[in-house]
Amino acid sequence: MSILELRDLSVTYRTEGGDVPAVRGVDLTIEAGDTVGLAGESGCGKSTIAGAVLRLLPAGTRVDGQVLLDGEDVYEMKPGRLRAVRWTSAAIVFQGALHSLNPVHRVGAQIAEAIRVHGSVDGRAIATRVGALLEQVGIPASRASRYPHQLSGGQRQRVLIALALACEPKLLIADEPTTALDVMVQAQVLDLLASLQRDHGLAMLFITHDLSVLTHACRRLAVMYAGRIVETGLGVDVFRDPQHPYSRALAGAFPTIGDPASRLRPSGLAGDPPDPSALPTGCPFHPRCAVAVDACRTTDVRLLPVGSASSEASAACVHVETR
Amino acid sequence: MTAVSRNEVFRRFRRDRLAMFGLVVLVLFALMAILAPLLVDDDGLSAVASLDNPTWARPSGDFLLGTDHLGRSVAAQFVYGSRVSLFVGLMATIFTIAIGSIVGVVAGFAGRWVDAALMRLTDWFLVIPFLPLAIVLAAVLGRGIWNIIFVISITSWPSTARLVRAQVLTVKERLYVDRARALGASQLHVVRRHVLPNVAPLILASATLAVPISILTETTLAFLGLGDPTQASWGKTLEEAFQAGAISRSAWWYYLPAGLGIVAVVLAFTLFGRALEEILDPRLRER
Repeated sequence: MSILELRDLSVTYRTEGGDVPAVRGVDLTIEAGDTVGLAGESGCGKSTIAGAVLRLLPAGTRVDGQVLLDGEDVYEMKPGRLRAVRWTSAAIVFQGALHSLNPVHRVGAQIAEAIRVHGSVDGRAIATRVGALLEQVGIPASRASRYPHQLSGGQRQRVLIALALACEPKLLIADEPTTALDVMVQAQVLDLLASLQRDHGLAMLFITHDLSVLTHACRRLAVMYAGRIVETGLGVDVFRDPQHPYSRALAGAFPTIGDPASRLRPSGLAGDPPDPSALPTGCPFHPRCAVAVDACRTTDVRLLPVGSASSEASAACVHVETR
Repeated sequence: MTAVSRNEVFRRFRRDRLAMFGLVVLVLFALMAILAPLLVDDDGLSAVASLDNPTWARPSGDFLLGTDHLGRSVAAQFVYGSRVSLFVGLMATIFTIAIGSIVGVVAGFAGRWVDAALMRLTDWFLVIPFLPLAIVLAAVLGRGIWNIIFVISITSWPSTARLVRAQVLTVKERLYVDRARALGASQLHVVRRHVLPNVAPLILASATLAVPISILTETTLAFLGLGDPTQASWGKTLEEAFQAGAISRSAWWYYLPAGLGIVAVVLAFTLFGRALEEILDPRLRER
């Protein structure tokens, strides 16, 4: 059974200015031990998916479709069951490490909090466990008595990772875990996540706008645009040979090291992401698309299988050659 | 309000001369109130026991602060009066802060209709005119210090509730509250572990500032004759001095100690509370 299965998930935020569809029909499956990357611009709905998995979206948000965590529909759970499942089945590494930690509690206490919430109360056992978790993410156990503001940005992010592992979840959702970190620390955090994922056999959903980070950390990739997955496939394939014009632009934004020509090649993408409350007709990407044809204005293409049968790849574009 | 370690709070506090002065004054008054029976003879409070004393006696070796129009010792009244003033001030503050904090936290955290209902209730209490209510309650319930405490609490909790609610609203939106929910914490847990510790400094600071207000209010009510007639209090001393014509007789020893006592305690609490607020609230510290 899959650890996480999203079936035609749609999320609509209700605002005073009307309904805003943030996610529009996403299918995504993560098997045990698999790593899936979710890429896309700000506002494409990727963080909304992270929140939807553990039912953390603001009250009043409409969620359609199904979120199956270990085969169980999260949106059918009773409150008690939901609280029990949070963190034990799936845990989240939040973005913005400073703000995810309560400034008035010691970091050790905040990790212990997760363990306490889920039952265990033996003080000494918890302290040992907290120490072990911190060591696991490369922080000396003695730092447990520090306050968040006494740690560096990278250390705080590590604390959040330790916190996510506290209840031994099967699925780790990393929501932009490397934003606001400098490149060296970013690399350390990514390596750490990768090794923990391997050691624990964790399934991981990795969310970021940085495609190069994803190919590094994930086996499979899904590229989102305007609340929908527009291309999915194996990480290397999507990065090296993107099928959808949007993925191509995303991949083109990163220069290839050792290839000076790539730096001179015009790349990037003009225009802004569409306003989710007023999406363009047809393919939502057509106003920014370099290869748009008349048909794009009227037909909204869903994911079509592409490439060889073994590649698990599909893309949502009129130009792709269906296999 | 960010985290300031306990040592840091003490260090900053010790450096603040005015705050230390306030603290020392408070400790002295507290000792005086607690040790009252050892310091003065409570016979000095009774007009019957003071029949043989001279009336309107100036301060002397026998009567440190002189005597009043009935021959009672002003020093005894002053010392025992501090008990009532401090007791009423502290008790009224405890009730004010307790009701205000509970209403504020519940309203801010629950939101929606609970918030709306509690805030309308708060508004309702906020507009109750204080003095008429105090007079009516004194008439209905009789005069006594518990009634004074009741009146002060019932009229001053709304401002605390509003303050606490505002702070809870901002804390509630912090990411670590979302994180706590994500890791399966119940509402009660979130309030206890994340909301309260972040609101506590504000509650503490507003409590220390509520004490002098309560003491002044007690004095006001006692001066208007709404206090407990059987117990000495600074407000009552002032009232009796006024009624007996101490001012026209220039019997300064009768009314001055009580008046200065009130000023000193109120000032001390204000200095102390102000310093605490400044230390715990970084926005006030950076000057």
